[in-house]
Amino acid sequence: MKAAPFDYRRATSIDDACRALSEGGDEARLIAGGQTLVPLMAMRLARPTLLIDINGIAEMSGIAIDGDHLVIGGGTRQSDALGSEIVQRHLPLLADALSHVGHDQTRNRGTIGGSLANADPAAELPLIAQLLEADMIARSVKSTRTIAASSFFESAMATALAPNECLTEIRFPLWRKQKTGYGFHEVSIRDSDFALAAAAVQLTLDDKGACTRLHIAIGGASPAPMRLGEVESALLGTNLEDRTLHAETARLATLVDPQGDIHADASYRRRVARVMTERALQSARDRAMGTNP
Amino acid sequence: MNEVTKPRTEFRYVSKKRRVKEDKRFVTGRGKFAADINLPGTLHVAMVSSPYACAEIKSINADEALALPGVHYVLTGEELSQHINPLLSGLDLPDVKRLPLAQGRARYAGEWVAAVVAESRHIAEDAVELVEIDYESLDYVIDPEEALKPGAPLVHPENGSNVFFNRKWVWGEVEKDFAAAPHTLAFRARWSRCSTIPIETFAVTAAWDDGKDQLDVWASIQMPKYPEQIARALRIPVNAVNVHFDIDVGGSYGLKRGIRQTVIVSYLTRKLRRPVRFIEDRLENLSGGEMHGPDRIFHMQIAFDNDGIMSSLKIKATDDCGCYPGRAPLQLGKPVSAIVGPYRIGSAEYEATSVSTNKTSQEAVRGFGQGPTNFAIETAVDKVARSLGLDRDEVRRRNLIRSDEFPWRIPSGSDYDSGDYHAVLTKVMEAAKWDAIHARRDALRKDGKLAGVGIATCLEPSGGNSSFEPLFNLKNDTTTWMESCLIKVDMLGTVTVSIGTSTAGQGHETLVSTVVGEELQRDPDTIRAIHAESLMALPSNSPVGSRMAIMLGGAASGAAKKIRDQVMAIAAHNFQLPVDRLVYEGGDVSVEGDPQKTMTWTQLVDIAHRKYHEMPLGSEPGLQASFIWEVPTGGALPAADGTVQMYPCYSFEAHIPLIAIDPDTGQVEILEYYIGHDCGTVINPDIVRGMTLGGIAHAIGAALYEKFEYDDETGQHLSGSFMDYLLPSSHEVPPITMVKHYTPSPLTPMGQKGSGESGYLGGAAAIASAVNDALAPLGKEITTLPMRVRDLEKLLNGD
Amino acid sequence: MSEHKITVCVNGNDMSGHAEARLTLVDFLRDVLGLTGTHIGCEHGVCGACSVIMDDKPVRSCLMYAVQADGHDVTTVEGLEADDGTMSPLQDAFWENHALQCGYCTPGMLIAGHALLSYNLSPTDEEIRHAIGGNLCRCTGYQQIVEAVRMAAEKIRGETS
Repeated sequence: MKAAPFDYRRATSIDDACRALSEGGDEARLIAGGQTLVPLMAMRLARPTLLIDINGIAEMSGIAIDGDHLVIGGGTRQSDALGSEIVQRHLPLLADALSHVGHDQTRNRGTIGGSLANADPAAELPLIAQLLEADMIARSVKSTRTIAASSFFESAMATALAPNECLTEIRFPLWRKQKTGYGFHEVSIRDSDFALAAAAVQLTLDDKGACTRLHIAIGGASPAPMRLGEVESALLGTNLEDRTLHAETARLATLVDPQGDIHADASYRRRVARVMTERALQSARDRAMGTNP
Repeated sequence: MNEVTKPRTEFRYVSKKRRVKEDKRFVTGRGKFAADINLPGTLHVAMVSSPYACAEIKSINADEALALPGVHYVLTGEELSQHINPLLSGLDLPDVKRLPLAQGRARYAGEWVAAVVAESRHIAEDAVELVEIDYESLDYVIDPEEALKPGAPLVHPENGSNVFFNRKWVWGEVEKDFAAAPHTLAFRARWSRCSTIPIETFAVTAAWDDGKDQLDVWASIQMPKYPEQIARALRIPVNAVNVHFDIDVGGSYGLKRGIRQTVIVSYLTRKLRRPVRFIEDRLENLSGGEMHGPDRIFHMQIAFDNDGIMSSLKIKATDDCGCYPGRAPLQLGKPVSAIVGPYRIGSAEYEATSVSTNKTSQEAVRGFGQGPTNFAIETAVDKVARSLGLDRDEVRRRNLIRSDEFPWRIPSGSDYDSGDYHAVLTKVMEAAKWDAIHARRDALRKDGKLAGVGIATCLEPSGGNSSFEPLFNLKNDTTTWMESCLIKVDMLGTVTVSIGTSTAGQGHETLVSTVVGEELQRDPDTIRAIHAESLMALPSNSPVGSRMAIMLGGAASGAAKKIRDQVMAIAAHNFQLPVDRLVYEGGDVSVEGDPQKTMTWTQLVDIAHRKYHEMPLGSEPGLQASFIWEVPTGGALPAADGTVQMYPCYSFEAHIPLIAIDPDTGQVEILEYYIGHDCGTVINPDIVRGMTLGGIAHAIGAALYEKFEYDDETGQHLSGSFMDYLLPSSHEVPPITMVKHYTPSPLTPMGQKGSGESGYLGGAAAIASAVNDALAPLGKEITTLPMRVRDLEKLLNGD
Repeated sequence: MSEHKITVCVNGNDMSGHAEARLTLVDFLRDVLGLTGTHIGCEHGVCGACSVIMDDKPVRSCLMYAVQADGHDVTTVEGLEADDGTMSPLQDAFWENHALQCGYCTPGMLIAGHALLSYNLSPTDEEIRHAIGGNLCRCTGYQQIVEAVRMAAEKIRGETS
């Protein structure tokens, strides 16, 4: 499983990477962690003629708080993000989701930006970005633009990134209110396999336990991770009792559009998407109430 | 047979904790695997595979491929078939030719059609894409039951049907016993296509030496009669083939037969006059390497009384062989060796059918068919218990052969040599705390999970034999199944043992050095074991059939005893006393009752090598001995009714897992696992433990995760990478508690039985038992393996 | 296709060689540098047999191109023993516990275990299983490997002789 021939060059800066991408034409690609790209190339399913290596570009890597956002450089290693005290404190949902992404060894190379740009329907990071309405900063030789998550994930393995754009930064909005909690549940065959379905929830409760803010998103049950606006509307204002959660998530079957594959057919994914959503809602509610750390 | 609850304590080295000597090179990265062989001038091979499930090969145009710089040759099936003999099959099917590369017709998606040879594997793969093949797609059949229906597309039209083999044997008064039984049960069970696929793929380098007219082969191989099969295929003398058995094999568990790969590179090296190497990549390996395992449909019937005593058993086994019949169909035959399991069932009927389909061919897998058969038998026993409302352990207890009844003759003709099944079952139930584990199960159920305790009591027939060969092919009258050992004591007294086969992690070097050390009373750490090249190796049938502890151990004992006898004879001659007046201790020989009169090992060895004047009259100089051992109880052809002593020794295992199932997702978690294991005398405890725990890991894969999936409509193989064929990791295999019991075999020098298939042969049955215990309160059951997440969820919640 | 002259610091020594762009790090180690201790099991990043340490972190060397390792530090199984050939406590523990059979996954397991012990000298069994969770073994069922890592940790902590 040897890749088809290609040229390689190492980019020294974001500008350099964008320039090389622009000059390289249609068959030029960026390589970051390579954990997805290299196997595809080994199987000759991807055949770029030029690989532009953006590993080690300092300005693309970093984790910081900027006002109400957690800002992560696209080239930040998944393992660094997982181990980051800033992430664990300010956005524990992201740390939780990251712990499901591959293995230690793949996280040591894989990047935050790489996983988002790859946009696998079952991937955890696109799900979190979609849930939190993250902003993706895309740079090309000509411009820098902000792409909202809702526009960024177009379909399975397809994003709004142009072929000459590099995903340099991701800005996750932070929820600052007390009684905010998250839930993340996924089902996979083996511990670190791709999720067959995944659900992420972040919510805020008021003093009486009523839900004042609620985001729910599903992965693996549609071409791109999707927000469940209908379910959110139905649950806002309620106290998210188990009964209510069970009743309101029933409509999920009509909202999702999963693809079957060798591991699970569409009807399985449809059913467990609902289960994951329910569990994620319960976890988020319990965390917000302080009854589940 | 007497109960033996502890290991025999009279041994110095056998049964004692001892580091496995092979491990040293592996932990330092110094193993020598087939892919590590890189001779100067080596050319590299990549395969062109058929994308079709069945297609006529109308033309192959290699011009563009050959024009690529660095490409040396493109070998087609057409060319190869003209220069080689077809490969061996275990069945009598003269019209079904098995060739390394498809000739005329490709019969499964992934079948190798041409071999590209280039300066590097990279260039070979580039050239593979440039080979233009004109195919004409033909009808194909994927499902084995469809393949048996009239009008099904024929995989081999020359064969006239898709049946490779069909025979029914009836042993005892089966119909009478069924008619007389108060109860009978019938059901279908399915063991899906999977195998013990190793982490190392098959790799082989062949180098033809024109100066010596010799073919040297370095391969990741585990195969009886490998040099012979190479020679036969290439039409060269066997003594022109030299296989380097000292290559470390990265796991095999039956599968690494690689004869197609070997014949391809051997033909090429003779033609191109350069070494040629083929290392399967994982895509080639999973689809075209022909390492798929048993793929079996069981129709079972069991006759029993109100107490759950089983009187008769009917097994109909239909096995999907895939495209070509090599040795794999014989995996329907080996289970004849334990066709009634460890139970006192008096009569049995067995119908075996091997079916051809347009799928990758099967190969031998650990247990050679016994694992699936044990699964079917144990499912029957659980159903008997459930139908009567009896405890599953109690039904087993009532039916297990008793320890005072050995040797026990089963209806198909084999004698079980020894055993104490009840003691092992009791031990493992105690380890699991049978009542408490059920309480833990019940607590899990209260918590909203489905939970179950499984139980399986199974045999591991061990020792190997050729007996299913003549059983399945009357023209094959092979009854020899031997193993050899050669021992050399050099002039300064160090001992070297030579074995004539390869090793894939079973620790044979440690095995023989321990056994020889035991017999010679010399420290095994001072004894070196080597793997002879095939030109010098004494006859071997390779590590199959869980046989090496028995056969290689037995051969080593035999050779060592000869050495000891020679040493005693030299001492007797020098003391001028009869041998029975002398005492052998640690290699030194003394006069009994007169320890001052001692000749040391060093002295005796020195005489043997250097002082012919002090040797007994007519002795051979030096100190060396070989021993070739025919399998005990072997050497006979089956009778007309199919009865035969199939394997000599029977190990026993009893499994108890506790599992929980998430009722909403179908995920299974194995929470606790206990195994009681009896393989007679254990030569090295760490090796036996490792085999057993590893076997259970294989069983977990077969029970819950692994299946080579095909698309019925397109005939495409869907499990072509490790992203699709899922192996258990450290998260899927739980910690396992193993309790030991030691019922020696009367047939082997130290009482040892085999343990090469331990854990695997009973594990899947046990996990299925646990899952069905979890499903029972819901009135549901599952009798198809693997029981994957989506299978269980669908059973529980599906539309 | 671009060809590159690269220098990788392997097991403490600067080693140079030529690599075309598509040559993976594992192929470079094995075929160009002759360090055949690192093994190939799948070439698509699942089995972990190719694990090496790169810049102090365990990675899959089949998922990197050799050119990407230019200027970086790599430790392979050959680099785990001391210069005088003394095995590391982890290697010795693998031997003592028979934490292997065929030896094919073993270099990757040692790398994973080594990486764990470099930041956690008191791992629980769960943590050990997690650390080796990306390394597939077909022979052992993992248990003797877990025991070996545990024993090595104890040894390094100085709790056993």
